[in-house]
This record gives sequence, structure tokens and C-alpha cells, in this order.
Amino acid sequence: MFSRYRKELCLLIVLLFVAFWTIIFSRNREADNLLTALLESRFLSLRNMENLSRQIGMYGIFSLGMGLVIISGGIDLSVGSLMALLGTIFFYLLTGGHPWIPGVHWSAAIVILLMVAALIGLLHGWLIAKIGMPAFVVTLCGLLGYRGLAQTMTRDTSLGYYDSVHSVTGLESFLTGKIAGMPAAFIAFIVICGIVYYVLHLSVFGRYLLALGRNEQAARYSGINTTLITIFAYIACTVLGCVSALFFALYTADVVPSMHGNFFELYAIAGAVLGGCSLRGGEGTVVGIILGTTVLLVLQNMVNLLGYDSSFSKVITALVILGGVLVDRFEIWKLVSFKKTKTA
Amino acid sequence: MPALLQLKQISKSFGPVQALNGVDFAIEAGEVVGLIGENGAGKSTLMNLLGGMLQPTRGTISLDGTPVKITDAISAAQRGISFVHQELNLLDNLNVAGNIFLGREPRRYGCIDEGKLAAMTQPLLDQLGLDIAPDQSLVPLTNGQKQLVEIAKALSMDARILILDEPTSSLTIQETDTLLKLVETLRERGMAIIFITHRLTEIEKVANRVVALRDGELAGHLTRAETNRDAMISLMIGRDLSEVYPVLPTEIGDTVISIHALTTQRWPEGGASFAIREGEILGLAGLVGSGRSELAQAVFGVDVSPSGTVTVNGDTLKRGDITDAISHGVFLAPEDRKASGLVLEMSVRENMTLNSMFRFNRRSLIDVAKEKAQTEEWRCEFSVKAPDVEQPVGDLSGGNQQKVVLAKWMTLNPKVMIFDEPTRGIDMGARHEIYQTMVKLAKTGCAILMISSDMEELLGMSHRIGVMCEGHLTGILEPDQFSEESIMKLAVETAGKPAVSTK
Repeated sequence: MFSRYRKELCLLIVLLFVAFWTIIFSRNREADNLLTALLESRFLSLRNMENLSRQIGMYGIFSLGMGLVIISGGIDLSVGSLMALLGTIFFYLLTGGHPWIPGVHWSAAIVILLMVAALIGLLHGWLIAKIGMPAFVVTLCGLLGYRGLAQTMTRDTSLGYYDSVHSVTGLESFLTGKIAGMPAAFIAFIVICGIVYYVLHLSVFGRYLLALGRNEQAARYSGINTTLITIFAYIACTVLGCVSALFFALYTADVVPSMHGNFFELYAIAGAVLGGCSLRGGEGTVVGIILGTTVLLVLQNMVNLLGYDSSFSKVITALVILGGVLVDRFEIWKLVSFKKTKTA
Repeated sequence: MPALLQLKQISKSFGPVQALNGVDFAIEAGEVVGLIGENGAGKSTLMNLLGGMLQPTRGTISLDGTPVKITDAISAAQRGISFVHQELNLLDNLNVAGNIFLGREPRRYGCIDEGKLAAMTQPLLDQLGLDIAPDQSLVPLTNGQKQLVEIAKALSMDARILILDEPTSSLTIQETDTLLKLVETLRERGMAIIFITHRLTEIEKVANRVVALRDGELAGHLTRAETNRDAMISLMIGRDLSEVYPVLPTEIGDTVISIHALTTQRWPEGGASFAIREGEILGLAGLVGSGRSELAQAVFGVDVSPSGTVTVNGDTLKRGDITDAISHGVFLAPEDRKASGLVLEMSVRENMTLNSMFRFNRRSLIDVAKEKAQTEEWRCEFSVKAPDVEQPVGDLSGGNQQKVVLAKWMTLNPKVMIFDEPTRGIDMGARHEIYQTMVKLAKTGCAILMISSDMEELLGMSHRIGVMCEGHLTGILEPDQFSEESIMKLAVETAGKPAVSTK
């Protein structure tokens, strides 16, 4: 158990270190004693915790989807652009402001949006698994195409949902409200973590996904329908991206297609890779992906709270990812040299 | 005078596995030494030590009496040791000259001097009697011609010691003859040649001396005068053939699987028709690349065959549908265990159940406890040597890996089991166990198709032997026709494609 989650433990230590650092340097300097000073730090303030947990929820949901695709041995570069496109479509569905898109009630809009996302995932998976196109190319086209499409639809302006055809009261409390004092996005994230954990670590599907990521051919020779499983992974990625897109759209309240969700696919890949997913596939845990994403967001939070140069935060993020993967790579290197002596 | 090359007390271990144990070996200039041994005897390991791919755990390698350390392929080449591998290491996107001088191209103003390159290549090709132009593309060449290009590469490096690892395994009879003559010529010129092959007749023709390895140890020497088939086999095997190959079951029942005019994507013009009965083992022989594995993959449904039918107990299988094959009890233990048989990083447990998750599926959840108990039972039944079922299969020896593959399929009650090279790279002990497992399986009424390149194995383990050549089944031999010669004759039946000549 301990050795199985070795990677995750290291990551947890990094996370705690960053959190403590932030707590210490954002402590309440007017407090009487150190303990209250730390407890009243800006990091631990209700507002920051709420904000941070919402961020973790929103970023975590699509990172989990990305994790599944990476574990299958693929990659999805289109997530950020897709979120811009879905956000745009969502607001048009609410306002009916586009000639091709009817205005509907928000609950119907959510259902339609999820279906659109699933269809796009199906298309990705079909092109990759059935037609045999490289995942990188297919989703790179998505990266360019979806954002371009969103920009074309809006004539490259921002889009809100103020003049929606139906009431949106329920929608706002549903997506941006709080449940038991926690942001809805975070609650949704927890639920989705549970589902993905079940699927990846306990179900037959998860076993097949890991086998396929490690050795697609051996999985196929075992009678596993690898095409179907790959397609499922891409659908999971776009559907989870869609759930995130809903939260993001409401959170930002207006979608600027040229900016919305920019580089999110890279944050997701970074989180998953930092969390121990291997880009060669077949490796990764839900706990790892959660921790990887959280570390990146807490780092960002630290930079904001402590007033470090925000441009420099990118450098710090880059170094953390590089360091994390370097450690991982070191292990892999040992593994590979071991295998060589075996097979020679 | 010290020998040109001398190996003293060479040992090599991979973790707990002792691949070579105190092997002595020497070769003089102008000598052809035939190196023989069963699969897994340590021939490849020994040659990889010479080629610089591996380092010995103990022992010394001396050239002209001076101990040397061969650290990599470059240092081997610098010392005049050239290694022609069994699988060709040529690049299809370069021409003949580019392949021969890869990494050593003559340069002019920083660019490759094509004129000089061709001029340097031509004499090498002439020397080998290879009638092709230096700028000939590699793609249309036959395997025999490619093999000669590899040898030209060795000559270009002024090799003094040439290692030929199974050079004839994909050659036709004519090409083999050419190669053997060339070996003779090179020997007369003073080259030392180590010739590794499974074809004992070639050794008889060409070797001055024979060295046999068995289970990582030196099994013995034979002089030219002593060299004959029986002597070589008894050295390699170290026991009677009857001890290695179990008695085959005699009760043959009704037809289980019949294959009619089945073609493969690789050989759409080919085709094979045959049937296998209950309890029968049909051996499938042929040269490397003759379409045997492709045929097996077509039957199993990995390869979508363009035409033909496979009928199992009256039902026709859907072409290119693995699930359909599996549901009819048709299973394949593939040729390349590491690439298609197993997921190396996964545990013994996970590999054994990858094809039978339905047994442990409780509302799409995996019943891990049940899975553990069951696979632990199978591990004992198939005597897989691993501390427990949580061990990654990548850590096991070849024989034990193959047992995991067998356990994986045999516990699903096969009706038709296809073994593709079941004992490649596996030591004698494990081979014996695998043969016994096959016989046990046949006794349950399973029809077995066994693809093998090992003549002894084919002759010792088959009720009948089918032979393939260029995608066609050229014949099926009955036991009274069994011989290495009759197999080879069928294996090159339609061979003799016109060789490419562009001069």
C-alpha cells in the first residue's frame, strides 16, 4: 500500500510544504501569538479557501478526464478550446442569440451541451481508435478548430447570458452556489472523483484501460475491445471538460472565446503528469491527478497571496513540473535498463 | 601463438538467472566455428557479449592474446568484430551504399560525397557477387540480398571476426547455397566466422568445428570428422529425444476446426486449407516470413483476412473478430510474448485474468479477492516460478512468462489452441513442461496448431506437419514422410522469385 502510493505521498509532502510556506508568509502579523497568527493567515481565510476549492473543483474535473485519456496512451489537446466553444454554445442556448441555436431552458441547455460534448468525444475517439489517426493530430485540429469556431460564432466578441429567454435563477444557484458551505464546483469535483476512482481502480473497464495503455496489442490479443475503450476514454474527457466548462462559463459570467479556457489542456496535462500519469500510457491514479492539479493551483494561489511577480509564477510552475517528472524519469530509467538486460 | 579470439570462463547473469556459466571459447583466423544449442542455451547472450551489447559478469575476452573490454557496438567494430543479426538491421529508406556506410559516409564540404560513396561500395558488392547497383533502393531486395548487404557492411569495416546469427532463417535454398559458398570464400581469405544456426545440415556443410552450448554451459566440441546430425543433437539436448518430447496422444477424434482457402492481408494471393481434429497437434513449418504467424492471426481474428472461411464445430467464424473466435474457444498464444502475449508491467494475476474478467466481474466491479485466490491456484497448477501472483510478469524468465500465457488461455477450456513459436527463447526444463502441458491439453480433445521454426520440435511434437511458403500451404506431411529434407523442400516450393537486378 505504502509503496503503491509512493509517488502520491511525495506529492502530498510538496503540497503541504507549499501550503505551510504560504500560511507562514501570509500570517496575520497583528495577532497576539504565533498560533493565531497562522490560523488567521490570509491563506486559511474563508474567502481564500472558498476560492481555492472552487478553482480545484473546476480545474480538477477536466484534469481527471485528461488523466483517463493519458492513461489510455493518448492525449487530448483540444480541452481548452472545446471549453470555449461549449461555453459559447451554452450561452447561445440560453439567449437564443445565434440564428442556428434555439433558446431553451437552462436544464435543457445543460443536457444538450453534454450531448454535444459526448458527440465530439465520440468523433475524437473514432478518428483515433477506429481510423487510426494520431491523437496528437486529431486533437491539435480540435485545439485550433473549436476556438476558431467559437470566435467565428461570436464575431470574436464577448458573450453573456443576461438576456436569456428563460429564467436562470436556478442555474446560478446550481452552478455558482454553495452546498454545505462549499462551492458547487468543489462538491461536483468530489463526486466525480468518486466516480472516476470507481471506474479506474475498481471496475473491469479500468483494468482494461490500464492494460490498453501499457500494451495495446496485448490487450487486443486478450480479446479486449480496445477501440471501444479508447473511444470511451475520449468521451469521458470531453464530457468532463463540458462539466468544467459549465462551471467556468457561469463563474466568468461572460465568455470571451479568444481567451476562455486558454491553455487549460496544458494545465490538465501538467497536473496529470505531475500526479504520476505517464505520457506513454498505462500509468496513473485518481489520487495522483487530484494532488497534481492541487499542487499547481496552490502554487498559483501562493504567488497571488504573497504578491510574488505573477509572471514569475509560470517559471515556478514549470520548475515544479520539470522536477516532478525528472524524479519520475529517474525511476523509469532504472526500469528500462533493467528490462534491457532481461530481453537481450 | 595466442588465438585470434579467446573467451575464458565467461559468465553472465541477469538478476537471479544464470544465462552463461564458465564458458570457454576460442577461434582462429581462417576458421568457421558452428555454434549450436537449443533455444535459450545462451548462444545469443554469448554473441552479444562479443558484439558489445552486453558485458560479462565474470571472465575475460582476449583478442590476439590481449584482454579487451568490448563496451559497445562501436568498440566491437573497431576491434574487427562484426555481427550480422538474425533480424536485419537495415534502413529501408536508404539505398544500399547508404546502409553499408551508415555513420561513416565520406564527406565533401559537409555533404555526403555520393560519388565516392558509390565507388567505395561497388568493390564490396563485387566481392560478394551481389549484382546490384550501390544506389539501389533496399525495398525490392529479397531477404537473401539484404543479408548480403549486411555482410558487405561487415566487410567494409575490415572485420576479422564475423558473427552470423541464423543468417539463413529467411532465405530460400538457392540463397542459402550462395551464402554458404560466400562463407567458404571469406574463410579462405583468413576471416574467422562464428556461424549460428538451427539448420544442422548447414553446419555439416560449412563448419570446421562445432561448439555446443546447453543451458548456459559448454556442452562439448566436435571436430569436423565427428560432426554429424546425431552427435550434434545429443550434444545440444544432452539427453534422449524421447525424454524431451512426451508421447503424443493416440486418440484422434472428429474434426474441430476446418480452414478453407484462408488468406491474410500480408499474402492476399496465398491461401491455406486444412482441418485439425480432436486431440491432434498439427505442426506448421515454413521459413521466417512464410505467412505462418499471419495465418494464425487470421484464424484468431487479429488479422482481417480478405477471403476464406474458418469453421469451428460447424459454426463459421466472423472474419477479423477476436471476440467471436474467443467465444468459440479458439485461442492464440502469440509468437511475441512481450509485445502481444503479455502486459509486462502488470502482475501475474492481472495478466492471467485479462481475457477472463467475466469470471471476477461483480456488477462491473472486480472481485479482487476471488481473482487472487484463483490465480494463486493457477500459478501452482502451471508451476509458474514467481514468489506470488503480484509479481510483474516482466520480472519472470521467458519460460515462466510463457506459462502465464498458457494459464491465461488454457483455463478457459480451449477447443482450438494455436501456439506460435511456443518455446522460442525458453530453456530445456521449461520447454519440457510446456510440451507436457500441450499433450495434456490435446488429451482433453483440444485441436492444436503449433507453429515452429525448430525442426526437432516439429518432428517430435506433431501428428502431422503442414508447411507454408509465401502465404500458401504447400503440403501436409504424414508421420511416415517426416524428415527435415521433406519439410525444407515444401518450405521453398514456390520460391525462386526473380531477384532484383538493376545493373
